[in-house]
Amino acid sequence: MADFFHTLGAPIRWIVETFLWLPEPFQYLLYIVALVLAIILPLLLAVAMLVYAERKIWAAMQMRRGPNVVGPFGLLQSFADGLKLFLKETVVPSGANKGIFLLAPVVTFSLALVAWAVIPFDAKLVLADLNVGVLYVFAISSLGVYGILMAGWASNSRYALLAAVRSAAQMVSYEVSIGFVLVTVMVWVGSLNLSDIVEAQAGGFWNWHIFSHLPMAVIFFISALAETNRTPFDLPEAEAELVAGYQVEYSSMAFALFWLGEYANIILMCALTSLLFFGGWHSPIPGFMETIPFTDWSAGWLWFFWKIFAFFFLFGWIKATLPRYRYDQLMRLGWKVFLPISLFAVVFYAGLALALGKI
Amino acid sequence: MIAALSFYLFATVTLLAGLMVILSRNPVHSVLFLILAFFSAAALFVLLGAEFLAMVLIIVYVGAVAVLFLFVVMMLDIDYVQLREGFAQYMPIGGIIGLMLLAELIMVATARMVDPPIGLGSGPAIPDADAVTNTEALGRLLYTDYIYAFQTAGLVLLVAMIGAIVLTHRKRPGVKRQVIADQISRTAKDAIEVVKVKSGEGI
Repeated sequence: MADFFHTLGAPIRWIVETFLWLPEPFQYLLYIVALVLAIILPLLLAVAMLVYAERKIWAAMQMRRGPNVVGPFGLLQSFADGLKLFLKETVVPSGANKGIFLLAPVVTFSLALVAWAVIPFDAKLVLADLNVGVLYVFAISSLGVYGILMAGWASNSRYALLAAVRSAAQMVSYEVSIGFVLVTVMVWVGSLNLSDIVEAQAGGFWNWHIFSHLPMAVIFFISALAETNRTPFDLPEAEAELVAGYQVEYSSMAFALFWLGEYANIILMCALTSLLFFGGWHSPIPGFMETIPFTDWSAGWLWFFWKIFAFFFLFGWIKATLPRYRYDQLMRLGWKVFLPISLFAVVFYAGLALALGKI
Repeated sequence: MIAALSFYLFATVTLLAGLMVILSRNPVHSVLFLILAFFSAAALFVLLGAEFLAMVLIIVYVGAVAVLFLFVVMMLDIDYVQLREGFAQYMPIGGIIGLMLLAELIMVATARMVDPPIGLGSGPAIPDADAVTNTEALGRLLYTDYIYAFQTAGLVLLVAMIGAIVLTHRKRPGVKRQVIADQISRTAKDAIEVVKVKSGEGI
């Protein structure tokens, strides 16, 4: 268990070594592709299992059983659903703008995956250790709105268009406060590198940013809910008024791609919350559980996964509990509450960092 | 080799996308090609080692400005026949503007070859890329040497923003608005009244 990722590296190296006859740049490309797959495949598997986990969580909260037929405890339910979607016919509405209609789910899905390139799973365990990692994630998540806008417009359906417009307005509004929250953390740490931000929280849970940045963490989490179009901000797919929102004309794999992208984004937001405010891969108490023999439950990536799952549970909990916001209330919360608070917080944390000699 | 390959890839995509912006008939396609052009331009910035500029280009232009573009264009009800009718009428003006831009571009390109490069003059030296990240270098420059220009630009934007709000804001009479403070400050005392009603009499 100790060097799980190291052993994972062995097959990658083996694959690369069998292609040694290729010229140098192609070997490099192949190596990168292997690394990318090493992130994406577990991620997609995680999406499948987390969809199942979430359905079980909702079921438990509503006193139901949830999926329990396919496989033991219904564990294979997501794969059955995926297979079903795969076998369905892809329907393109006759009035649709075909190219954009088919491009939209691809955009959503690939953007959701691309952001994972800079997420550090453990110390030094990151695909691209960018100096502007935070900005990169922010930039990619701000692009997510295009998938929805393209889908809504190309469907040539009024429900889809309305949902797309709503969603775009919502995502643009909440992005502003997310940006300011990120600025407070960046000023505090003095770096835009995600690994540096996590490293600044090393040495026990009392160093985590959640304590110094509690209001910011709350704003970030709520904005993350809005950014991923989840309850209580799931107006883009408000089934009572807009049928299923921008996805209404989609079927088969196109629909599945939207779904996968949405969940990959949710996991990304959970990962970001734990990286920025909850110490990323650091264990809450240094050395905790390190002494148990034969296992290494203190491995950094494992702690990271536990934290991601905790926030994912919170997402599911909120979806099972809260009703939907009204649109004007949603806009009010974003522009009149979060924006002033986070704007003030930027000044406050910059001043505090200066006073404490962090800058 | 890979850097060169990626440069040619992104440069070609940028040029083609830029061309398609003006060639495609559907305005929504134009905006989407514009976004592609921005995106590959950001990739070119990354290749130059200007990662901060690349990210800001995507966040500001692609993530915010182009979204609003797309928003407006999506709402348009476009009549292609009418669009083509105006073409001849606007062609001279468009041509003149295009020529001016072309002349400016040529002047910029040639001026750079004649004059010494900016970094060698009296301006601040470019910091070593390995020692300082380019976010830090940009920040230092903006907040020290160019602080007045930077703050003035910020003020101009602020004034423009307030101006836009003032111009578009209108107060209509008879609109019911939710006042959350009023709702929260409401208590049971001023909302309900317990009345003893004698049977058979009513209130």
